[in-house]
Amino acid sequence: MALLEVENLTMHYTTKKGDVQAVDGVSFSLERGEALGLVGESGCGKTSIAICLLKLLPENAKILDGHIYFNDQDLVPLGEKEIRKIRWKGISMIFQAAMNSLNPVYKVGDQIIEAIRNHERISEEAARERVAELFQLVGLNPERMDHYPHEYSGGMKQRAIIAMALACNPEIIIADEPTTALDVIVQDRILAEMNKIREKLNMGMMYISHDIAVIAEVSKRIGVMYAGKMAEFADTVTIFKHPAHPYTYALMNSFPSLRGEKRELQTVVGEPPDLLNPPTGCRFHPRCPYATPPCEKEEPRWEEIEPGHFIACWNPLRH
Amino acid sequence: MVVDIQTDTLVKVERLKKLFPVSRGMFRAVKNYLHAVDDVSFEIKKGEILGLAGESGCGKTTTGKLLVRLEEPTEGHIFLNGVDIATLEGRDLKKFRRNVQMIFQDPYESLNPRMTIYDTVAEPLAVQRIGNIVERQERVAEMLSVVGLTPPESFLFRFPHELSGGQRQRVAIARAIALNPAFIVADEPTSMLDVSIRTGVMKLMMELREKFEISYLYITHDLSVARYMCDRIAIMYLGKIVEMGETEEVIQNPLHPYARALLSAVPIPDPNYKREAIEIKGGVGKPIDPNPQCRFLDRCPVAVPHCEEAPHPPLEDKGGGHYAACYEVK
Repeated sequence: MALLEVENLTMHYTTKKGDVQAVDGVSFSLERGEALGLVGESGCGKTSIAICLLKLLPENAKILDGHIYFNDQDLVPLGEKEIRKIRWKGISMIFQAAMNSLNPVYKVGDQIIEAIRNHERISEEAARERVAELFQLVGLNPERMDHYPHEYSGGMKQRAIIAMALACNPEIIIADEPTTALDVIVQDRILAEMNKIREKLNMGMMYISHDIAVIAEVSKRIGVMYAGKMAEFADTVTIFKHPAHPYTYALMNSFPSLRGEKRELQTVVGEPPDLLNPPTGCRFHPRCPYATPPCEKEEPRWEEIEPGHFIACWNPLRH
Repeated sequence: MVVDIQTDTLVKVERLKKLFPVSRGMFRAVKNYLHAVDDVSFEIKKGEILGLAGESGCGKTTTGKLLVRLEEPTEGHIFLNGVDIATLEGRDLKKFRRNVQMIFQDPYESLNPRMTIYDTVAEPLAVQRIGNIVERQERVAEMLSVVGLTPPESFLFRFPHELSGGQRQRVAIARAIALNPAFIVADEPTSMLDVSIRTGVMKLMMELREKFEISYLYITHDLSVARYMCDRIAIMYLGKIVEMGETEEVIQNPLHPYARALLSAVPIPDPNYKREAIEIKGGVGKPIDPNPQCRFLDRCPVAVPHCEEAPHPPLEDKGGGHYAACYEVK
């Protein structure tokens, strides 16, 4: 079994207007040492999946169905006390825009020391030593531990956040838009650094991003999400070169590239649906150029069309 | 001041400079200046899209604001159709406001939440006293159809919160083109939008250029988007333009060491493509009272002793309209 195995995960948010079907029947797996990408547009449920994995659910969110196997243990039925043992030590997360959540009145090193000592019974000195090692690992000068966040640049803050995520030797890191707020040169360095760390520590990394170019470069396998559902899941080359789902195809061809032939960019007509009241059948059918009558009525099954290539579509594209 | 320019030039920027005072404490006198835009010159032709690219803090937004006169320059001149915009007053200034528009990055903040779509798009017409109510209504409906919000009747009396990000940005574009401007400054107009929506807005802006011969200054940090949108592109670093030329030429054959590093860091959405890694050291500082030498000197991988002594290199044509500001580029 894989390090992380997500099966048929379904999570809804209860709101005054009704249930938002944020994650619906999503399955995927993550191997040790693997980099996995989860890509999709805003509101497609990618961050909701992440908070399910850590069970950091807000009060109005509920996992209705499915399993999350981490090291063969299902996390879904676990209570708060048990999940705390896994959070940060088993699975940790780099939150979107986390670099802005460093406390401005504490030294950066102290904030990480506090995080470590919240999870492990070790002395302050030992924790300090660990932080110094982590700083080196993420490419920060350990002297920087005694500086305050305002003395850091954006890239340095993000490195500190990565150090914090690594603090308790997790087996998996979930990185939610880890470089979105950063300039491209800094982004390039941070992604290279994370890749090195993943290889060195043989960790599983799950990247969540709307940026297809970033996902293409960092991930070995990619899951494409649309409106709370996984549309397609395969290795990176298949997703880019032979996408079978019309949404994946449209997404890949709507993204401008700096290199290669300057081809016509695709536009997807319409807007992503409201998940309070998603379309019947396939959720993409109102925007899909290949939709046929069955697409409106019946939800497509999640199928493996070739080894390791999963898709939910009635009319997959053939190449 | 009126200058003689070629007839196809719409905007001419000459040695533009904008300094912001930086105070070092509440009660201390201002001693330092941040050189946000420092000696920048370029031209935009009629119907041309010039891209202004660079990392955050490089001065691209300040340049845009100077061009629409939301900021006053410290030095330098901006000519629109040969007329220095700094000299405009009264009726001429109002006419200028009609001719030049701006589209902002965040359509969630640039639209008044209490105004209907009709009021938003009609406001510039009312301010400029164009047409009577009936004519304005017709104009608004026409503009909404032009930007793809159809049928317009179903949008007229809605509020911004009822629209998606892409639709809101289309409203902002409708408002900008309602007065038939010759020039639009678009500041990251698609960076807040989702991929599937973004392409539509990019295409719309290009269509409008064709239809109404609008020129754009297209400000963006995303060079891949610039490749699709812009005829020419200028790359800024700490208040200076370091490279400028035809978009494809700059992207495929960058000359300035900063432009080379910047372009090499852009991720490519193709898993089989291996990027050439060009590393530069350090990070972007702030141009507060900068040294007279090249702004890129402390990070430059190709700097020679001459660079330490000479002033910041001028932006020179290195052949075929491909400009670079570097002593080491021949």
